[in-house]
Amino acid sequence: MENNTRNHVLAAVESQLPLNRIAYPAIPAFPKTVTDLLTAFEQRVADAGGEIFRPADAVAAQALLASQFPGASVICSVTPEIKGNRDIHAVQNPHELADVDVAVIRARFGVAENGMVWLTQEDLEVNALGFLSQHLVILLSPQSIVCDMYDAYLRVHLEDTAYGCFMMGPSATADIGAVLVHGAQGARSLSVYLL
Amino acid sequence: MGDEKKVDVAANAAAFLEQDEVHEPMHDKNLWAARMHRDAAARAVPEWEELRKIASQIKEHTLTHLPDYLREFENNALKRGAKVYWARDAAEHNQHVWDILQEKNIRAVIKSKSMLQEECGMTAFLEKRGITVTESDLGERIQQLDDQPPSHIVMPAIHKTPEDVAQLFARSIGTDPGNTDPHYLTEAMRNDARKRFLEAGAGMTGANFAIAETGSFVVCTNEGNADIGAAVPPVHIASIGIEKLLPKVSDLGIFIRMLSRSALGTLATQYTSHFSGPRRGGELHIILTDNGRSRRLGMPDFWTSLKCIRCGACMNTCPVYRRSGGLAYGATYSGPIGIILDPTFDESRYSELPYHSSLCGSCTEVCPVKIDISDQILKWRKVMAAKKYLPVSRRLAFGAAGRIFEHPQLFRSAESMASGALRFTPHFLLYNKVLNPWGRHRELPHFAGQTFREWYLQYRAKNNDHGEQHT
Ligand code: SF4
Repeated sequence: MENNTRNHVLAAVESQLPLNRIAYPAIPAFPKTVTDLLTAFEQRVADAGGEIFRPADAVAAQALLASQFPGASVICSVTPEIKGNRDIHAVQNPHELADVDVAVIRARFGVAENGMVWLTQEDLEVNALGFLSQHLVILLSPQSIVCDMYDAYLRVHLEDTAYGCFMMGPSATADIGAVLVHGAQGARSLSVYLL
Repeated sequence: MGDEKKVDVAANAAAFLEQDEVHEPMHDKNLWAARMHRDAAARAVPEWEELRKIASQIKEHTLTHLPDYLREFENNALKRGAKVYWARDAAEHNQHVWDILQEKNIRAVIKSKSMLQEECGMTAFLEKRGITVTESDLGERIQQLDDQPPSHIVMPAIHKTPEDVAQLFARSIGTDPGNTDPHYLTEAMRNDARKRFLEAGAGMTGANFAIAETGSFVVCTNEGNADIGAAVPPVHIASIGIEKLLPKVSDLGIFIRMLSRSALGTLATQYTSHFSGPRRGGELHIILTDNGRSRRLGMPDFWTSLKCIRCGACMNTCPVYRRSGGLAYGATYSGPIGIILDPTFDESRYSELPYHSSLCGSCTEVCPVKIDISDQILKWRKVMAAKKYLPVSRRLAFGAAGRIFEHPQLFRSAESMASGALRFTPHFLLYNKVLNPWGRHRELPHFAGQTFREWYLQYRAKNNDHGEQHT
C-alpha cells in the first residue's frame, strides 16, 4: 500500500510534467558588499536584538556571565571555557533542561550579512538546550565570521549533522498588533561573547 | 473536499471594511509597513533582481525535473534514518499522521505553522479522534483559540487588534482583559505554551524548503517554536508539499536571502533550522504530500504558481487584500497567491476570487520567484467566464470590466489615459453598486476622477514610500 502510494504520486507528477524542461541556471559569483566582517556582524547582531560582548579571556567571560545573570540558578555550559552547574552530558531526556536559566554554547561561525550564528546538534549536545533555556550565551571566535549566506552555505555540512540552526538573535514575534516582542517561545535574550 | 457553497468574497470584504473604523485602517497600515520594509531590504541587495530571476529558474528547473529530485530526496532522507511516507491527498496525509500517533499512543501534539497541514484540515481531523493539538506560533495560536483559519500566511492574526487578542486571551487563558500590551500578552502565551511543549508526544512542522542533495528540510520561524517542537517531544512529524524541493544546499544561499526580506523586510527569520534525519534520541517522520500539486503542474497556465515560497509579499502589497482582510477569501490561501491557488482546489467554490483584484500588477512585481500572479488572475477570470461559474446577474455586473480585464495591455494604457469613460477606479469596475463593498465606503469619493495607478502613486507618496517600486 505504502509503495503503491509512492509510485502513484511519482507517476502522477511524471505524467503532468511541463513539456519544456528548464535548465538549472548559471549562478554568478556575486560581488561582496561587506568588507569589515566583524564590524558588520556586530551591528547585525544588535539589529536582530542580540548583544555583543568582548571579554578578554575565559576568566573575564565567566565573570561577565555572573554579572549579566546574577539571578540565574541553573547554568548549563557546553563549552570548556565557561563553567555551569548542570552537566549536559548527564541529560537523558530533553525535559530535564526545562529549568535552565542560561545556556552557554560555542558557535561554529557567524555571518556578517545578518548576524546569524551556526549551531549544530554536536555544539548543543541536546538540541533542546538551545530552545528551552531562558537565555543564551554564544561563544564565537572573532576570526570565524563569513561574509554572507552564499559563503555560509559553503561552511555548513548538512550531511554530517542531523540538526543545524542559523540563529539570528533571540526569539521574536510581532503577531500582536505588529509590535516586536522578544522571547516569544525560544530564548528571551541572546548574547554573543567574542572569544 | 469540494464544498458547493460559493465564497462571496465581496460581501466578506464589505463586512471587514464596515465593522468599525479601526480594523481595516490598522490592517492596511501594518501590511503597508511590511511592504515598505521589504522595499528597503530589497534595495540594499545589489543583485536583488538577478536573484529573483535565478530563484525563479531554480524553482522551474526543479519542478520540471520533480520526480528525479523527489527520489533523490527520499533516498537521502532514508539514509539519514528518517521514515518517509507519501500521500496523494489530504485524507492520506492525515491518515499517516493518525497512524503514527496511534502506534506510539500519543494523545497530544504541538505544532508549528504549516500551510500544508492547514490545507489538509489536519487539526480538525485529529481533534475528532481525541488528539489535543496546540498551535505554537503565536499568531496561529490566536487564530486557533478564536476558531478561525490564519488570515495571512506569515502573520496569521494580523487582522486583529491588541484589544481583540486581550479579550480572547482573557476568555481562554485568563489574562487581564484590560491589559492590551503585546509584551504582556506574548509572555502569557509563552507560559501557557511551555507546559504544552513538555506534555506533547509529538512535534509537528511543515517545511519551507527540502533539499534533494542531502535529504534535509529547512524550517524558518521567528519564535523558535518549530525547534522546540522538534527538540523536546520524542517524535517529529514533518509535512512537506512535493513542490518544496530544491536541488542543492547551496541553493539555500539564494532562497534564505530572499524569503524574509520579501516577507517582512528582515534579513532572515530569527531561526533557520535544518533537519537531516532524526535528532539524537528522536524519531523523524516525513510525509511527502501531493494534494493537488501534480495536477497543478499539468496546467499550462498555472503551473508556475508552484514556485511560491509563501513569503506573503504579494498579500502585503495588494491594495484589495489590505482592505479586505484575509478571512474574506474564505480559503486556506488568501490574497493574490490565494486567488491563483484556491481555484485549483475547487473552481466553483472559489469562482469569484479572481474578480477580487484590481490587476494593478503590484503582486507580480514583488514576488521573489517571479510568478506572473496578476496575469494568472486574469487567466482564471477567463476560466470562470468560460465555465459560466458566475450567475447571470454577477456576469453582467462584471461584464463592463470584463472586456477591459481580458486585455491587460488595453487596461494599462486605458488606465493611464485618465480620460473618458475609463476614469473609473478598478474598484468601481469590479463590482456594481449592489455588489460593491467599496462603493459604500468612504474611499470611493476619494478615488473619483483618478485612475487606480494615480491613486496608488499618491497613496504611496502619502505613506512615505520612496518613489517607484524596487523591482
Ligand atoms: S506568490 Fe510570490 S509573493 Fe506571493 S507568497 Fe508566493 S512567493 Fe511570495
